[in-house]
Amino acid sequence: MASASKKWVLGIVVLAFVVPLLQPVLPDVVSDYRLFLVSTMIIASIAVLGLNLLTGFNGQFSLGHGAFYAVGAYTAAVLMDQLNVPYWATIPAAAIVCFIVGYLFGLPALKLEGHYLALATFALALAVPQILKYKWLEGLTGGVQGIVLMKPEVPFGLPLTEDQWLYYFCLIVMVVLFWAAANMLNSRSGRAMMAIRDQYMAADTMGIDTALYKTVTFGISAAYTGIAGALSASAIAFVAPDSFNIFLSIKFLIGLVVGGIGSLTGSVIGGIFYVLVDNSAQALSQFVKNDLGLPFDLSAYTVFGVLLIAIIYLMPMGIAGGVAMAWRKMRSAR
Amino acid sequence: MAALLEVSGLKAFYGQTQSLYDVAFEIPTGGITTLLGANGAGKTTTLRAICNMVKTDGTIRFDGKNIRGLATEEIVRRRIAHVPEGRGTFTTMTVDENLRIAAYTRRDKQGVKDELDRVFAYFPRLKERIQQQAGTLSGGEQQMLAIARALMLKPRLMLLDEPSFGLAPLIVQEIFRILRRINEEEKVSILLVEQNAALALDLATHAYVLETGKVVMSGPADVVKNDENVRKSYLGY
Amino acid sequence: MEQFLQQIASGLANGAIYACVALALVMIYVSTDHINFAQGEMAMFSTYISWQLMTWGLSFWAAFVLAVAISFLMGVLIERLILRPLHNAPVLSIIVVFIGLLAIFNSVAGAIWSYLIKEYPSPFPKSSFGIAGVIGPHQLGVVMVTLIVLGLLFIFFRYTPLGLAMRAAAQNPQMARLVGVRVDWMLALGWGLAASVGAVAGIMVAHIVYLDPNMMAGILLYAFASALVGGISNPAGAVAGGFIVGILENMVAYAGNQIEKATGVYIIGNGEKLTVALIIVIFVLTVKPAGLFGRVVVKRV
Repeated sequence: MASASKKWVLGIVVLAFVVPLLQPVLPDVVSDYRLFLVSTMIIASIAVLGLNLLTGFNGQFSLGHGAFYAVGAYTAAVLMDQLNVPYWATIPAAAIVCFIVGYLFGLPALKLEGHYLALATFALALAVPQILKYKWLEGLTGGVQGIVLMKPEVPFGLPLTEDQWLYYFCLIVMVVLFWAAANMLNSRSGRAMMAIRDQYMAADTMGIDTALYKTVTFGISAAYTGIAGALSASAIAFVAPDSFNIFLSIKFLIGLVVGGIGSLTGSVIGGIFYVLVDNSAQALSQFVKNDLGLPFDLSAYTVFGVLLIAIIYLMPMGIAGGVAMAWRKMRSAR
Repeated sequence: MAALLEVSGLKAFYGQTQSLYDVAFEIPTGGITTLLGANGAGKTTTLRAICNMVKTDGTIRFDGKNIRGLATEEIVRRRIAHVPEGRGTFTTMTVDENLRIAAYTRRDKQGVKDELDRVFAYFPRLKERIQQQAGTLSGGEQQMLAIARALMLKPRLMLLDEPSFGLAPLIVQEIFRILRRINEEEKVSILLVEQNAALALDLATHAYVLETGKVVMSGPADVVKNDENVRKSYLGY
Repeated sequence: MEQFLQQIASGLANGAIYACVALALVMIYVSTDHINFAQGEMAMFSTYISWQLMTWGLSFWAAFVLAVAISFLMGVLIERLILRPLHNAPVLSIIVVFIGLLAIFNSVAGAIWSYLIKEYPSPFPKSSFGIAGVIGPHQLGVVMVTLIVLGLLFIFFRYTPLGLAMRAAAQNPQMARLVGVRVDWMLALGWGLAASVGAVAGIMVAHIVYLDPNMMAGILLYAFASALVGGISNPAGAVAGGFIVGILENMVAYAGNQIEKATGVYIIGNGEKLTVALIIVIFVLTVKPAGLFGRVVVKRV
């Protein structure tokens, strides 16, 4: 099973690298706009993976990962805007800053369980836009207006468009991050992480340093989502406080639940999913208004909300889990 | 005379684990029946099964009608009162509130008042402590409260799970005396689960012995009391 | 001095709102062990319903009563249809469902009534009562309505058989069943009541914060802080917590204003209200999770 899926993954990664190069040949299929869209999906997948590491694999509920995304985005933005740091260096910088922030948040979180942790992170998510607009930080953060940035330049004179290069940059980061996560999860540390999720008391009494694992996982999880934020700062070339509101965290949650809790593939599916629905919102709203004739501005969030509830009822393991189950059933039926 | 409660082929499960294998017994109307057995034999589980607090299979008929599968509160509304292990009093409510909550399902206000008076006649100690928080009562008083509350349901059958547990012998005697009065005066049939076999067999008219989820002996109480195996295993002589 | 009294009065009015929402949160928490993350959006939705009823010609108080009744039904239906089937599901699933409800209520309100901020009338005429310069008629009205609602709830839970049954069902569902209480319906009723109390809060505050789909987010955060300060397992504590936090919020803003006036240095003001609430939440959760009046539940191994 492991080797089969590894082949699949390798195949997809190769395709991912090769296909955009076909742009000169298929300019309408492999357009700049599409590449940009896929880049945002890659960024979303990394963000969802961050959340998955904490909630899916380690059992600590976070409704506030938007906060770490914001920290990553602003770290990158401030470094680029005020210190002229090159975009690629903002990625590790954001990772470090977010790891520290995540770790620090993980310390008091040790005392909180289940819905109390959810509550604390929910409160954090609600307060983030206000924190970003705080007067004393305005000098750094640009206040309500935010910070305008520049898209990454294509390096080494490569014959690529800006969107193509952005795509490759995000893809490389994603492959590295997912590979690192896969290795971590397959190691003793990974098993300890999951043991803490499944049977906390047992893990504790077996000598696993649960406090260390939980706080470090918080840090790593924040770092991953923070990297996604930093990438988004470069991709969108703009950061502003109000885009990091509670609904951002809700989107991550959707990605987590729809894609599949505790699944790497699920994180990718989840990221792709919420970007798709988000972008289809306009079209969806038009459809409801014009084709169905309802005097109603159907928003993406209604779809998200209904889906969240539906998935919990019908497919609590998300798409990845559902597919895995179907696959297993098919193979055992042979 | 048809039995008040008939149980046959009863199986019970805690999740995947089976606890009762094939329990069968009858409670005659008006009597006191006791269920004896060692720890883990399934006595508490049997009482829980009657009230559908665990997963069951088999037949349970009360007054000739099937009650297996009904919701716990519906079974209670058919006048079966269950005094669980550990008393189950609402600790942050007063004695008065604990009694009134049991009267919740009754429509007859005057009847409730009369019932309260009768209950206080059986348990004068409770009347003295009527506004006291139930959690601050002594163990014996809490047991009395639990029984009094069961009486407020005007039950036809009362299930008692280890009423003597953790109580001083004098209090236990007092409670058992009152139970006998309740059985005779209120015409409440009783199914009593007890570890204290001697006490139980003194009070009861009928007895069943459970071992690892099955009934291994049954009969009138004095016959069971004098059975050699029972004497050796449960009465200590 | 007058300004200080004004701040206290305003803090009381805000506190009344927080007390209501906090009470709704605690009612659901005590009976189901869950935190209703969608409480704010439900209250907002109820407020829009009352606005719609008024647009259709009903008087303020008629719309108020009808909207509260509709909210009661809404709460009962949500519990019976959406939450009941999940009562054995893992905690994360339930949290996700609450977030889903949050998203639905928020976006549907925006879809039906648009995101344009609307004015909302006050039923307390401008110069009717109130202490000039200290507390305005609407603020005083809010506190009075809140106290009346809270009083009614207190009487209901303390002195009526149904209230007693609901308390029993929340405290010890198994034992409540053993005295014949239909616990499932008690939970549904509890949800209905919580939704109603939330509706009252929303309708009362709409005049102050204006009607818009995002109006309750900050209030919800403050309600969380209030419930935690008071003790999340204690309804009376939640109410006390609401008033305490309301006054605290205003005192902090007031202090910030005074400092700025005196020294020209801006440290804290109205723009940091959510941050203050966040700090209260984190502080209480980490330092004294049982709050002022609650009990810490010891986990059984």
